[in-house]
Amino acid sequence: MLSYNLHLACASYRRNPTLTGLVAGAIAIGIAVCTITLTLYHALSNNPIWWKNDQLYAVTIDSWDPERPDNDKHPERPPPQLTYKDALALLKSDIPVHKVAMFKSTRVLDAGKADAKVKRMDTRVTTGDFFRAFDVPFLYGGPWNAAADQSPEPVVVISKEVNEKTFGGINSVGRTVRLDDRDFRIVGVLDTWRPAPTYYDLNNGSLENPEDIYIPFAWGEALELESAGNTNCWKSEQINSFKDFTNSECVWIQFWAEFSSKADHNRFQSWLDGYAKDQKKLGRFPRPLNNHLYNVDEWLAFNEVVTKDNRVLVGLAFMFLAVCVVNTVGLLLAKFLSAASLSGLRRALGASRRDIFQQHLVEVIVLGLAGGLLGLILSALGLWGLRLMFASDFDQYASLTHMDPTMMSAAILLSLLAGIAAGLYPAWRIGRIQPATYLKTQ
Amino acid sequence: MLDMQGIAKIFRTDLIETHALRNFDLKVEAGEFVAVTGPSGSGKTTFLNIAGLLETFEHGTYRLDDQDVSRIGDDQRSRLRNEKIGFIFQSFNLIPDLNIYDNVDVPLRYRRLSASDRHTRITSALDIVGLASRMKHIPAQLSGGQQQRVAIARALAGDPKFLLADEPTGNLDSLMARQVMDLLEEINRMGTTIIMVTHDPDLARRAHRNVQIIDGQVTDYKPYEGPYEPSAIIGVTGERASG
Repeated sequence: MLSYNLHLACASYRRNPTLTGLVAGAIAIGIAVCTITLTLYHALSNNPIWWKNDQLYAVTIDSWDPERPDNDKHPERPPPQLTYKDALALLKSDIPVHKVAMFKSTRVLDAGKADAKVKRMDTRVTTGDFFRAFDVPFLYGGPWNAAADQSPEPVVVISKEVNEKTFGGINSVGRTVRLDDRDFRIVGVLDTWRPAPTYYDLNNGSLENPEDIYIPFAWGEALELESAGNTNCWKSEQINSFKDFTNSECVWIQFWAEFSSKADHNRFQSWLDGYAKDQKKLGRFPRPLNNHLYNVDEWLAFNEVVTKDNRVLVGLAFMFLAVCVVNTVGLLLAKFLSAASLSGLRRALGASRRDIFQQHLVEVIVLGLAGGLLGLILSALGLWGLRLMFASDFDQYASLTHMDPTMMSAAILLSLLAGIAAGLYPAWRIGRIQPATYLKTQ
Repeated sequence: MLDMQGIAKIFRTDLIETHALRNFDLKVEAGEFVAVTGPSGSGKTTFLNIAGLLETFEHGTYRLDDQDVSRIGDDQRSRLRNEKIGFIFQSFNLIPDLNIYDNVDVPLRYRRLSASDRHTRITSALDIVGLASRMKHIPAQLSGGQQQRVAIARALAGDPKFLLADEPTGNLDSLMARQVMDLLEEINRMGTTIIMVTHDPDLARRAHRNVQIIDGQVTDYKPYEGPYEPSAIIGVTGERASG
């Protein structure tokens, strides 16, 4: 009976193409708005390294002002970054399997090619564990070792894009690039890597593209590199030199730790509290003990990556879909009632109410799916439009505005549900018609 | 075959009640060809709708093929309509965007017959009405008479116990009307009971007997007394051919 009902559905679409188009269009627009909003929401609320959620932790220590908390809205929260000296102290712990101390800076890249433009590029100054802890994929080579972190050695990891622009995409490991006035040897070239959101450093927003250049953390002090992220200070201190800055209570270093077990996590938490207590004895950390390890999910929540506005937007999108569905109910009623005489005839010839209901339900389900497919096309166009609108100013939107298979499946499911929701009443209503009423009007 | 006793049907609106049938008695035996006549608004179509299980009624009893169908549910009514009753309408009531084959197929689909069984029945029914060669045509490509023959084929394909025909020649010219009547008589001779509502006294005369309805009641009724003979036709009344 399903194939027969599909056949009848096609005949019905041909009979009234305008109304059919309006119904599919109404569903498509509702689905497109929902899919675009959900795609953005999904990207923002996504945990891009979910498989390490119980291994990878952002480390925080409350080194802040005794008079007022770092975050007035959430006074229980410690500052999200560490002081330089605390970061150095934490790097000495051997409990985590990987320790990442880092900050964002910028460097001028000169590949030594006469025809290549010299360009200031986002640079991450980090320990080599960055690549291991965050599972960063490499196209060529790999991360630098611990010795390179210590010296520090003039080594660099570059992004795939930089490698393509500078070396035409060949294996450039072993070659040299000049960063400002110093040569760095390439030890690794990243493969495509666009975590969204950029959970590992949310200071400049959650939609940043990863950096193009990565150099060892110790170069920060050696070259007196300034942070291109947030630097927050609470204490009135004389800062006349970079050394003064690294010794200050200003927080500007992001710190992550990866543990091989829950026991190590707990040991490190105790170690951290012990460290804080020692610092209290030295006159630091005037606030109550408040050290936390946040897994990635908690870290995204801590930084309010998904804002209330995002949730409101999703709610509004679904309300818009509901309005489209209500409109579709009206359109379907008009469509079905315009062919009520045919349903009356079928009833006279032996179709039960259930037969008529099923026939029309199949029609709306197919229409819903067609609306869903059309909605997917509109969504893709909408997301493409967003990319065009924001590409020049906010390159990071490019990584967000891609529809993944999950969102495509969600859109299809949503259109199916919307079709059924819109069609249930009209299909039921048309199944209840009295056949005799319409036979004379055929 | 068909036995109605004391049937009453009332149509109600907020303001008025209309008694379409009142104390309506009629018995039709298997193999009969009965013509039902009467002026417009007399209740002929209401009778036909009730006989065809298309409408319910307030009072009385209705036995169809030895089964009391007075208070059966909608699903059962649909099934009985599908299996035991064939309908022929004045305006043919074919589905315009389905071809002839698919139109005849409609009632068979709801009987959940196999594809091969349906095909046999459809081709056989179209053969009987002489339209087997036109099965891929859509209704608009056929004349009125041919369309009515398709409707008859559709009614026959389900192998019904009886046919209900509502002004089957009302939209046809006299030549086509005669051909359709010839076909109905042929079908009746093959054993199918036919009840035909008509305004046309000439057509009514060709039935075994006539039943006249006025104001929702049978006014001229004589039980069936035997096989069809032209002399068995009882007096025709209600000849007025008003709408």
